[in-house]
Amino acid sequence: MSTRVASIAPVTVHRLMIVDDSNVIRRRIERAHDLPFVEFVGSARNGREALELHARTHPTIVTMDLTMPEMDGNECVEQLVRRDPDIRILVISALADKSTAIDALERGASGFLCKPFTDRQLNDALRKLIEY
Amino acid sequence: MTQEAEVGIFIDSVLGYFNVTVQHMAQCGTPYLAIGRSPEVSDYTAMIKISGKREGIVYFTAPRSMLSVMLMRMQETDMSHENLCDLVGEIANTFAGNARRGFGHQFNISVPTVVYGSKDPVEYPAGTRPIVIPIDWRAYKARLVVCLN
Repeated sequence: MSTRVASIAPVTVHRLMIVDDSNVIRRRIERAHDLPFVEFVGSARNGREALELHARTHPTIVTMDLTMPEMDGNECVEQLVRRDPDIRILVISALADKSTAIDALERGASGFLCKPFTDRQLNDALRKLIEY
Repeated sequence: MTQEAEVGIFIDSVLGYFNVTVQHMAQCGTPYLAIGRSPEVSDYTAMIKISGKREGIVYFTAPRSMLSVMLMRMQETDMSHENLCDLVGEIANTFAGNARRGFGHQFNISVPTVVYGSKDPVEYPAGTRPIVIPIDWRAYKARLVVCLN
């Protein structure tokens, strides 16, 4: 009698870091994301904290605000991409003009979501980021 | 761009914000120029400095009760003073940031400065006149004040 063992495809777990100077937004993103295989590793209030958190937790996906004190999102995107070219960054900003989005993508972001956003828009954007 | 068109950009930002974030439409009253005296401020006020192609300030002022209900609608359980300050700042930031759709990328916005209390905390740029956009949301009243040169 033979035993059949089903083969299971390896699962990639994505490690999520949230960067925003607003506590309300950080907590909202943490609550609202509902994608499978996404593990929340921590949040940061500005670019400088994000770089420190990145060094400790090695996130693979990031949500990034732009207008923040100390170090803004654009500079942080550049530094994160320089450290880890495979990192995927979703910029989430109230700056709603097209050139801001293009600028973020040129600096290395993988996606752009405009504030305000619904939970569904957030999860759609995160899904695209993972499939990017 | 006419002054009416500029005010319209901010009204669109306000309506979009409430519709998306707390799933309950706000209504904007007729905007007016605050002449002779400063517009009244409420419990929490968040101010954004504007620089670049335009200069001035944009601020949002709202009562504590309104901000608390907004947090509840956002499934937030932390109703602390710090979180109310955070929310009012985030709202002002979103209104001003969304206005770049109309004003363009040279409409630079600062991080918000938040003030608690009803004493007028605002210094208006010389030679400007504040335009007040009244906001009604549920039973609450707030204001967005736009003061650009």
